[in-house]
Amino acid sequence: MATVEPQQETVVAGAVVAPSVTPQGRRRSETLYFAFRNKKLVAGLSLLVFMLLFAIVGPMLTDYDPFEFYDAFGQPPSKEHWFGTTAPGQDVYAQFVYGLRSSFIVGAVAGSVAAAIGMAVGFAAGYLGGIVDDILSILTNVVLVIPTIAVLIIVSAYLSVGSLLWEALLIGVTSWPWAARAIRAQTFSLASRDFVSLARLSGQGPWRIIVKEIAPNMSSYLFLTFILLFGGSILIAATLDFLGLGPSEVMSLGLMLNVAVSNSALVLGMWWWFIVPGIGITAIVAALYVMNVGLDEVFNPKLRRT
Amino acid sequence: MSRYLARKLSIYLLTFFVAASIDWAIPRLMPGDPINGLIARIQADPTAAQEMHGYYTESFGLDEPLWRQYLNFWLGLAHGDLGPSIAYVGSSVSDLIRAAIPYTLALLIPAIVLSYIAGNRVGALAARRKVLDNTALPVAYVLTATPYMWLALVLAYFLAFRWEIFPISGAYDFALQPAWTWEFARSFLEHWFLPFLTLFLVSFGGWAIGMRNLIIYELEADYANYLQALGAPNRLVRKYAYRNAVLPQMSGLALALGVIVGGALVTEIVFGYPGVGTLIITAITNRDYFLLQGIFLFIIIGVLIANFLVDIAYVIVDPRTRTGLQGS
Repeated sequence: MATVEPQQETVVAGAVVAPSVTPQGRRRSETLYFAFRNKKLVAGLSLLVFMLLFAIVGPMLTDYDPFEFYDAFGQPPSKEHWFGTTAPGQDVYAQFVYGLRSSFIVGAVAGSVAAAIGMAVGFAAGYLGGIVDDILSILTNVVLVIPTIAVLIIVSAYLSVGSLLWEALLIGVTSWPWAARAIRAQTFSLASRDFVSLARLSGQGPWRIIVKEIAPNMSSYLFLTFILLFGGSILIAATLDFLGLGPSEVMSLGLMLNVAVSNSALVLGMWWWFIVPGIGITAIVAALYVMNVGLDEVFNPKLRRT
Repeated sequence: MSRYLARKLSIYLLTFFVAASIDWAIPRLMPGDPINGLIARIQADPTAAQEMHGYYTESFGLDEPLWRQYLNFWLGLAHGDLGPSIAYVGSSVSDLIRAAIPYTLALLIPAIVLSYIAGNRVGALAARRKVLDNTALPVAYVLTATPYMWLALVLAYFLAFRWEIFPISGAYDFALQPAWTWEFARSFLEHWFLPFLTLFLVSFGGWAIGMRNLIIYELEADYANYLQALGAPNRLVRKYAYRNAVLPQMSGLALALGVIVGGALVTEIVFGYPGVGTLIITAITNRDYFLLQGIFLFIIIGVLIANFLVDIAYVIVDPRTRTGLQGS
C-alpha cells in the first residue's frame, strides 16, 4: 500500500505554478486535456466504472438469492447459473454481484473514515506543530507499527462484527496512520509558504487557514490518498471476511473465498467458486491503483512522460 | 546514530506496552464472559457447568481485582507464560506458537528479502526501458492488487491440482517425520515453494511499482538535472537516482511488514501450512481466545523486531542518520 504513495512534489507543482500563471478556467480544461490523454487514468477509471456498474446493475439481472440453496450442486457455469453453483447449491453469480456491492461499500466507508482521521491528525500535527505535533506523531507512530490486520483479528473475534458498516468503521479507525504521516509532511511544507503567512498576518484562525488555504492547495494529494485508502480497505476487508471474522449475514467476496476453502472447492476442482470472487477484488483494487498513478501524472506536470 | 536508534527503540517499547495492554483489555472490555463461551463449547450439565465456571475463573485469575489481573498478565508475560489453549487441550499457548513460528518464518523471511531485491531491480529497469515499463508494470499492478489468499488458490489450482507439479497442502509428506535427511528436505522444499511464491509475487508487484515511480521522481530532481547538464553519463545519473530511491523504499519496507504478515497468515490457511496462520484459523473456529491473544502478541513482537532491523539497515545506508542529522 505504502509503496505506491504519491510523492511530495505533487502539491508543490500544483500549488505554486498553476494559480499565479494561468486563470482558473484554462487550468481546469488543461487538466482535463491531460486526463483524457493519460492511458493509465483512462484504463483505471473505465475498469472502475465498469465494476461499479456491475455492482449496481448486476443484482437486478438475477432472481437468485445469494444465500438461498438451489437444486444444483457444484455445477460449472451454465445458462441457468451463469457463474456456476457452490457445492451446497448456491448461485455464484448472485453471490458475486452482491459481494461486489459489499466491497464498494466497505471501501468507501472505511476509506472515508481513515481519510477523515488521517486529515484531522495530519493537519493538526503539521500546522500547529509544537507539543500537539509531538503527541500526535507518537500516536501515529505507535498505531503505524501495530499491524492493522492483527488488531482487527483480535477485536473482531471478540466483537463478532454483525454489519458491514461496523466492519468498515473498524478498518477505518485502524488504517489511517500512514495517511496522517503523509498529510502532516505536506502540511508542514505548505505552512511556511508566503500565502499562509499572509493569511496568518490578516488574523485568520488556524482552523480557517487549514480549511481555506492549506487543504485546497493539496486537494489533489488528498484525493490520491483517499484512493489508496479505498483500495487498501477493500483488501483488508477481504482478508477479515476470509478469516471468517466479517459479518456472516452479508455476502462478501472474502466470505465466498472462506466458504470455498472450508468446503475444499480446490480439491473438488470447482474453480468457478473461488476464481470468480478473487477476480472481482483484484479488478477493483488494480483499477484504483492504476488510476492513482495516472492521476498523479495528470496533477504533476513533471511526471508527464509521453 | 545511537540517539536515532534509541529514539526508535523507545517508540517500539511504547508500542509494545500499548499493544500488550490492548491485548489484555479487549477480552475484559467486550460484552460476554469468555469462560461462559468456553463452557458452552463443552456442553456440560448445569451443576457441572457451575463448578467448572468457578474452577476456570479461579485458575485464570479472573476473580481478582483488575489491577492485580493486569499485574499478573505482565508477570506471566515476563516468564513467557501465555496461558493454556482451549482448542488443543493440554498444550500451552506458548508451546503451540513456538511449534508454528519456524514454518511461518521460513515463508516470510525469504519472501520479504527476495521480493524486495527483485522488485527494486525490475522497477529500476522499468523506469529506464520503455518496453519493460509497458509490459512488466501492468503485471505488477495486477499482482499488488491481488488478495494473497486468492493468488494462493489460483497457484494451488493450476500448479498443484491441475498439473500436479507441486503438492497441494501441508509442509512435508505425511509419510515422513521431520529429520535432517535429503528426503525430508526435498519434500519440505516442494511443499514450501507454492506458499513462498504467493507471498513473493504479491509483494514483488508493490516494490517494482514503488521503485519505478521513485526513480522517475529522482531523475527530475535538481542534482540529476545538474549532473546531466555537466555531461555526466546516464549510467552515473541513474546510479545516484537509484541510491536515493532506495531510502524511501526502505521506510516502505517497515510499513509493508504488517501487510506481508497478514498475507502469510491467509496463504498458510489455503495451503494448510502448519504455521501461525493455520493456528489462527483453528483458534477462531474453536473460539480459543487465549491462543488468539498469544498469537497477537507474537505478531507484534515479530513486527517490532523486524522494524528495528530495518532501522539499523537504514542507519547503515543513510549517512545522515549517522552524523546526527535528521534522515528520512
